[in-house]
Amino acid sequence: MRSSAGLLAAALLILPGCASAPSADGQGTEEEASAAQVTVFAAASLDEVVTAVADDYEAASGVDVEISSAGSAGLLAQLQQGAPADVFIPADEQTMERAASAELISPPARRIATNTLVIAVPDGNPAQIRSLQDLDTSPGGDSGSSPALVVCAEQVPCGAAAVQAADAAGVTLSPVSEELAVTDVLGKVSSAEADAGLVYSTDVLRAGDQVDSVEIEGAEAHPNRYPAAVLQDSAQPAAAREFIDFLLSEAGQRTLREAGFSPGDPE
Amino acid sequence: MSRGPTVIMPRWVLLPAALGALFILLPIVALLTRVDLEQLPSLLSSPSALAALWLSLRTALLSTVLCVILGVPLALMLAQFRFPGSGALRTLILLPLVLPPVIGGIALLTTFGRQGLLGQSLEILGVQVAFSTAAVVLAQTFVSLPFMVIAVEAAIRGVQKEVVEAAVVDGAGPTQLLRSIVLPLIIPGLASGVVLAFARSLGEFGATIAFAGSLQGVTRTLPLEIYLQRETDPDAAVALSVLLILVAVVVIGITRPRSAPDALR
Repeated sequence: MRSSAGLLAAALLILPGCASAPSADGQGTEEEASAAQVTVFAAASLDEVVTAVADDYEAASGVDVEISSAGSAGLLAQLQQGAPADVFIPADEQTMERAASAELISPPARRIATNTLVIAVPDGNPAQIRSLQDLDTSPGGDSGSSPALVVCAEQVPCGAAAVQAADAAGVTLSPVSEELAVTDVLGKVSSAEADAGLVYSTDVLRAGDQVDSVEIEGAEAHPNRYPAAVLQDSAQPAAAREFIDFLLSEAGQRTLREAGFSPGDPE
Repeated sequence: MSRGPTVIMPRWVLLPAALGALFILLPIVALLTRVDLEQLPSLLSSPSALAALWLSLRTALLSTVLCVILGVPLALMLAQFRFPGSGALRTLILLPLVLPPVIGGIALLTTFGRQGLLGQSLEILGVQVAFSTAAVVLAQTFVSLPFMVIAVEAAIRGVQKEVVEAAVVDGAGPTQLLRSIVLPLIIPGLASGVVLAFARSLGEFGATIAFAGSLQGVTRTLPLEIYLQRETDPDAAVALSVLLILVAVVVIGITRPRSAPDALR
């Protein structure tokens, strides 16, 4: 039974896990004395753009910025378990409210960008979807042949936004799948497995040529807002605040705009 | 398969061995300490939890059956036949063991998906695999089949030549030999394969999320439900995790005594 292939398989399965042991006490006291380092927990949809802003900030300030990105709720769970970080940027205000009520952040939370929900369709839009009404499955709805729609599950920020958009437009959606993350929705659309998916406009930009987007009428009225705040347990609160300032500065906002985000609230 | 002499074990081995055992047991104990006993019944009996459990059991059972139907002949072929490229074929068949499951999911998508290699032909036949429970079963079978093949192949190789030769001398044909000599002898290996394949199917996550999607009662199996609940309700995620652990322990408990090689002697 103990074949060598089985052992090899076991070894290979274990190795990658060992390599990425998180450094729980990365904020050593000796490190603090030397160069400042800011750890940013950012929503998955912000990964690339915040990394780009951080590169500019590092060049300008000499402060080292580390970015850890994952789903907003997953990041919040890590913070609740005591993960060391300085700045938190979730994908929606509800997640930030939960962080605030758990006394994880030092208010205020500042809005660094907004984003709107769109309908992502495979390249060429094979199901000819032109509006949210084309996805309506209620008895009086337009949808004749019921295109395969994929959304985020309601527990995930992009899923909550989809429900809100459907309510606002008064349509009933019957998705064939409620995915766990926006990337899973994009994957189903870019492979043309689904005819349509509800994602943020920036996600479509990131997905490249394989995905087109169809605007949702009235979506600008319910934008998704990205708040940023300094964490209560931050070892570098001053540097953390400066990084948020930089995100709201002209240079930071330009980078965000280039990635398809709408402006935040510069003060 | 004769037993070697009893290995004399140096005592110091016990220290790393204990560490190894702790490494596995501690996280499971830690998880159990997080269970909210008062809430447990209501968390486990929610419609979404029950739908996920029922779907997981159904699909894991189906894919285990598929693994037996496809895996046993495959193991026989790999153990008994030598042909050009048979070594390479064996390596390729065991590939899902070392592949990250999400790659398996993408591979299945490019095969059975609407735009996939077979997708167009399937669509003509009226078969839609995408976003269906069948897709979950395919994903689970893909990742579990190598476990079955490895377990059964090792058992076949363990069948003593003399037994087979004696049967041949007595005039047994190949099919008769397989049915009355080889199959009864490999039952312990087959049982191991069934446990491994079922457990692997039950825990399948990556290939399912990449290939089948996630919809309550259709494609959202217990691991997917746990991952989703973790987003908003960590207590529910813990409760469901304990449920999955319980199912796994029961499965191992039912099958293990017969599959342990020592129990035969």
